[in-house]
Amino acid sequence: MENRILKDENDRVDGFLKVTGGAKYFAEYELPGLTYGVLVTSTITKGKITSLDTKAAEKAPGVIAVLSHLNKPSAPAYEQEGGSQMKIFYTDKIFYNGQPIAIVVANTFERATYAASLVKTSYAKEDFNTNLDKAIKDPKAKKLQGQPDYKRGVENAYKTAEIKIEQQYILPIETHNPMELHGIIADWRPANKVTVYAKTQGVKATQGTIANVFKIPIENIQVNSEFVGGGFGMGLKTWPLEIATVMASKHVGKPVKLVITRMQMFTMVGNRPTAIQKVGLGATKDGKLTGITHTAFGESATYENFTEGVVNMAKFMYQCDNVNTSYTIVPVDLGVPIWMRGPGEATGAFALESAIDEMAHELDMDPLDFRIKNDPEMDQQKNKPFSSKNIKEAYKLGAAKIGWSERKNKPGSLVEGPWQTGYGVSVGVFNANRGKASVKGTLKADGTLLLQSATSDIGPGTGTGMGLIASKLLNIPTNKITFELGDSSLPPAPSQGGSATLSTIGSAVNDVCLALKSTIAELAANSNMDATSNFVDVLKKNKLPSVEITKESQSGKERDNYSMYSFSIHFVQVKVHKLTGVVKVSKIVSVGDSGKIVSPKTARSQMVGGAVGGIGMALTEEAILDHRYGRYINNNFADYHVPVNADVPEIDVIFIDKPDFLVNPMGAKGMGEIALIGFSAAVANAVFNATGKRIRTLPITPDKILA
Amino acid sequence: MINFQYLRTTSAKSALALLQKDKNSKFIAGGTNLIDLMKRGVTAPEKLIDINHVPLKQIELIGTKIHIGALATNSAVADHALIKEKLPLLSWALQAGASAQLRNVATVGGNMMQRTRCGYFYDTEMPCNKREAGSGCGALEGFNRMHAIFGTSDKCIAVHPSDMCVALVALDAEVVLLGPKGERKILFKDFHRLAGDTPQLDNNLKPDEMIVRVEIPLNNLAKHSYYLKVRDRASYAFALVSVAAGLELEDNKILSAHLAMGGVAHKPWRLTKAEEFLKGKEATEENFAQAAKLSMENAKGFGENNFKLKLAPNTIIEALNLAKRKA
Repeated sequence: MENRILKDENDRVDGFLKVTGGAKYFAEYELPGLTYGVLVTSTITKGKITSLDTKAAEKAPGVIAVLSHLNKPSAPAYEQEGGSQMKIFYTDKIFYNGQPIAIVVANTFERATYAASLVKTSYAKEDFNTNLDKAIKDPKAKKLQGQPDYKRGVENAYKTAEIKIEQQYILPIETHNPMELHGIIADWRPANKVTVYAKTQGVKATQGTIANVFKIPIENIQVNSEFVGGGFGMGLKTWPLEIATVMASKHVGKPVKLVITRMQMFTMVGNRPTAIQKVGLGATKDGKLTGITHTAFGESATYENFTEGVVNMAKFMYQCDNVNTSYTIVPVDLGVPIWMRGPGEATGAFALESAIDEMAHELDMDPLDFRIKNDPEMDQQKNKPFSSKNIKEAYKLGAAKIGWSERKNKPGSLVEGPWQTGYGVSVGVFNANRGKASVKGTLKADGTLLLQSATSDIGPGTGTGMGLIASKLLNIPTNKITFELGDSSLPPAPSQGGSATLSTIGSAVNDVCLALKSTIAELAANSNMDATSNFVDVLKKNKLPSVEITKESQSGKERDNYSMYSFSIHFVQVKVHKLTGVVKVSKIVSVGDSGKIVSPKTARSQMVGGAVGGIGMALTEEAILDHRYGRYINNNFADYHVPVNADVPEIDVIFIDKPDFLVNPMGAKGMGEIALIGFSAAVANAVFNATGKRIRTLPITPDKILA
Repeated sequence: MINFQYLRTTSAKSALALLQKDKNSKFIAGGTNLIDLMKRGVTAPEKLIDINHVPLKQIELIGTKIHIGALATNSAVADHALIKEKLPLLSWALQAGASAQLRNVATVGGNMMQRTRCGYFYDTEMPCNKREAGSGCGALEGFNRMHAIFGTSDKCIAVHPSDMCVALVALDAEVVLLGPKGERKILFKDFHRLAGDTPQLDNNLKPDEMIVRVEIPLNNLAKHSYYLKVRDRASYAFALVSVAAGLELEDNKILSAHLAMGGVAHKPWRLTKAEEFLKGKEATEENFAQAAKLSMENAKGFGENNFKLKLAPNTIIEALNLAKRKA
């Protein structure tokens, strides 16, 4: 990508391209002979297709092909038994409403859209259920263990504690819905060579999935995904709609582009599923936690299982000798969920951190003091020390910034006219992951550095961060460094997810840069130059146009000896209108304890974006189903409410910025997830502080305040 | 998308002639709702008659009335000096609707003609009497959080989504319609209909008529008006409940009160009883509360929208509080 620094070395390297329209997203590639796919989707929730009449569609102007289970376009892996049941076009079964059942390929998008409306389908309907609560209560409904039960000390110890609380917390379906619609361009050429332009968080993952389904060599597949218009997790999977497009290109012998509709974004590319959780907490009268029980039920699909880390946090976040958790997944007749920013932990944190606030209130303690009193010295779950944890410092900094001293412990104390003011706090935590990745570095005699890796950038600023790591190590200005990504032919890297990219790829950049440095030093020594000579002079003296090194990098043993987490503390001030029930978030301070900050501008943006997502989760976002039909009611951006600018106050971001070299050589921990995790509880806690009303079902809309 | 013919015309007369020639044709101005309806398969006109070039964009004071052409955009009206000075309530109501981008193309006539945002109306796979007579009402026992509490029928409990229309009703506007026999003028409050047994009909515009302008009499409400819209997010969301309130005050005595509510009925809901009650009374919160109580007679919830039975009177009180304070 073009590397154009606007003002200073911390600028986003692709910022100029993004704000000038120069960044090219998958749907913008114009291939010769490009054709257009449009999906036909099921209008029932469960059952079988009994007939699919495609005649009218096939005869419609511009139509090249209509593919479905009737003509089974070639996909060798789908001809075999086993694997996921959602083998697109290889099954007549309907698993959920809105499931893709056919693809119409035409020479224009409009013609494909029209022809898709002409496909007539008949079904044999079966009884279905899309309601998690109903499934939980139905003894005959299938339930699966989502994670092994966990127990330390006495089970359900909270029940016999001096002070106890036990409450249920409910989260609705939340959708990723990035601005950019999902889809893919697939170009299947003779001799089984495939090029795709994808919207993916992992070009290698997409490449691997296509290779598996079509049983062709991995090197035959080129996946390009240089720019991604937001992912939030939905690009962590190669969806049936993408396979359908590759099938279609193979079938028609032309490149096919598929871009799904906003409505289809609610059904085909996963969501953060509904969860119903119970938290029981026990404490002594002086505020020491004596029991934590966290039980969660999460939605999954009937054709594929989905799990996430809903109950992880309860096991180590607080000092407590008696903890037990269980997490059950319940298949319902909906599309399979996929991890969404802060996956699982964000769901769990709403419950746990609300409950912590409820307990502090029972104890008549400041919730911050209660957290500090129960802050663990070590990870009791893993029985290991934390590699680093500066949470007490983070509490202090954030509290000072938001003006926590203004807060009154008695709810409803701060009133100005019809507006009630409240303050809330919550903690977020996520694994400080580090995976394995390779990076190729090429130092050139023209004074530039090229770094290459098959990683992604769904928005956090991958190239910017990597450039800054290399710049400091090699003393090259960032405008002389180019980082190439989003190309499956580059050295392998894992998908961008789980807040691990900076840690994983950054470590490989670090290793490559150090190796380049010593190579230059060797060359300098061999040519009788000063060891500190500039690499340009050294290369020129050696008549080398460039040197290149590829390094694979991963953690060492230190990872076994320590518990590694990133932490965040969110402080929120809200104003709640007594008469209308409107909640306004009026101040936000998010503190990140995520090691050394490598890229200050993009790191801040991550925290700001997390807070905005958190406002949505807390106050506005809910994908609403009519369970009688299994169909979404508000599947558009007018009715599914992501926060708008007017919902978002100024956001203060503070970083502890202390390196943790046990995690990686930069001392930096990931922060994409912690930016969001816990935020919704901070809002709910602030609402309680403002009004005395405890809202345990998200989102906190005016009707719930007035109830 | 299903093919359609696109025609463009530059005069009201020719627009009307084109409309009368072909039953399955529709006017298009801003298209901010019509295009959605066509994409969702809710409507499929064979002809679209583009009336954007018909000269009906005027905003002017004629005698004691402000005339606003049907094709004046929502943003042009909201930002017009005459409207801001004389009818601030209308300006605020417009600004509370949609988003800046939509307001820039959406017109006054189009705003009146927009269909309900009921999810069942837009999904052709679900029942809706408004879309398909006799298919049933999905909202009645389904998702009805956004739905009506006044003037409902067992056929339809949808609400009219406009903010502008709520203000126009409160401001005693009239609407001028052009038909084959020339112009006719009706009170704005009579333009929209209740659902009754024919929820497919949103209003009393005849199939061979077009809206040419609205006329709003000058009033003494500018000092004390407020449009309060309660919604799920701070902008770009339809009203849970909205209230247009205008007070004519002398000291603290109410000479006249103008009140209408949105988000509660199939049409903008004028609060006549409350207006009558407040006339001649002191502008106190007690009186506002009494007016709000009177406004809620015959209100009925359908489950998920029961909260409106509390939100609506609260919003009336708060809108009146804010209108009183405005000055």
